[in-house]
Amino acid sequence: MIVRILEDGQYEVDKQAEKDLSDLDATLGKALDAGDAAAFDASLAELVELVHATGKRLEADDLRPSDLAIPAAGSTLAEVKALLGSDTATKD
Amino acid sequence: MLTLQASRGDKADSVYRQVVDDGDERRVKRKREQAMSVLKRLSSVVQAKANKALDRVEDPRDTLDLSYEKQLEQLQQVRKGVADVATARKRIELQATQLKASADKLQEQAKAALGQNNEDLAREALTRRAAIATQLEGLKTQHDQLVSQEEKLVATNQQLELRVASFRTQKETLKASYTAAQAQTKIGEAVAGISESMSDTGLAMQRAQDKIDQMQARAGAMDELLSSGALTDLTGNSDPIQAELDKAGQSGRVDAELAQLKGQVSAPPAGEIAQASEEPTDAEVVSDAASGATSEAAASGDPFSLDDASSGQ
Repeated sequence: MIVRILEDGQYEVDKQAEKDLSDLDATLGKALDAGDAAAFDASLAELVELVHATGKRLEADDLRPSDLAIPAAGSTLAEVKALLGSDTATKD
Repeated sequence: MLTLQASRGDKADSVYRQVVDDGDERRVKRKREQAMSVLKRLSSVVQAKANKALDRVEDPRDTLDLSYEKQLEQLQQVRKGVADVATARKRIELQATQLKASADKLQEQAKAALGQNNEDLAREALTRRAAIATQLEGLKTQHDQLVSQEEKLVATNQQLELRVASFRTQKETLKASYTAAQAQTKIGEAVAGISESMSDTGLAMQRAQDKIDQMQARAGAMDELLSSGALTDLTGNSDPIQAELDKAGQSGRVDAELAQLKGQVSAPPAGEIAQASEEPTDAEVVSDAASGATSEAAASGDPFSLDDASSGQ
């Protein structure tokens, strides 16, 4: 699976990392819904770390699109909410 | 996709039901999206943003060219973005330099005030210096943020440049082999992949722009503060600390002159005064200018007020 960390780049991750990503994704979603900035910051940092540690960076000539996108490291809860909000706004 | 009610006759009622159901459906849809993976939603945001412009192109080969055009446009925008961030950063650096100079000056003023035994004045100078220190900390935070935005933007841009170069090569290959059945899928994938990179770069630029906007609002306020003299302009009329130091300096000078005049009255050799000004004693350290002013004042014949002497000339 290919994962993009925004403002960073694309990484290919293996099955085990996919599972961990999915768990952290859920934690991030809960923090986002609850507006819990501390929990959000923590799980975002973990996500970025996980991909950096286990992923293999895509070469520049590899133009495949990603399956998942992780917010840029250090993004705030409000920034990510706004980003996701722009999704629903354009779709309606 | 709607409703049992709609098929049931009464038009007004069905329209009403439809509105209600639309609302319900949207609510349900939103709930479903919330339950969905954040990272998948974010991924679709990133891809949707860039694909929009390419949606209407019918021939995939045109998509390749259009996408490439857009990539070049964006590379130019990113370069401009990097320059904008650098400009904003330099503005902050300039302000910090000004503030630092003010802080140093206040420190000197505090020392001078203590030299005049005016502790209150020294305290005020140091209080203002502390306020500047707080402002400087704020500036440092902004500066750090801009530096990191700049670095990210430069890195993102470098990656995009590499990918655009590679897209350009692949574009021609894909066009040449377009008749092959799988080419269309490959074109779609290549375009989607690079569009995602462009979209990501676009987001990075937006973030940098947001930071610049925030910074500029604060920098504007800081410029006003600086030009009002509340923090700097220490030698200007609006600086009460310098005014009081000057006043104290003046009265010190007056006292010194008074003492010398008293000396002249009792034993008046003019040469001694000139000698004293060449070799200042401890009492005269208060101000070097005092001795000069003294001989001037003595010459003008009005020893009691410097102001009177100057207005008389």
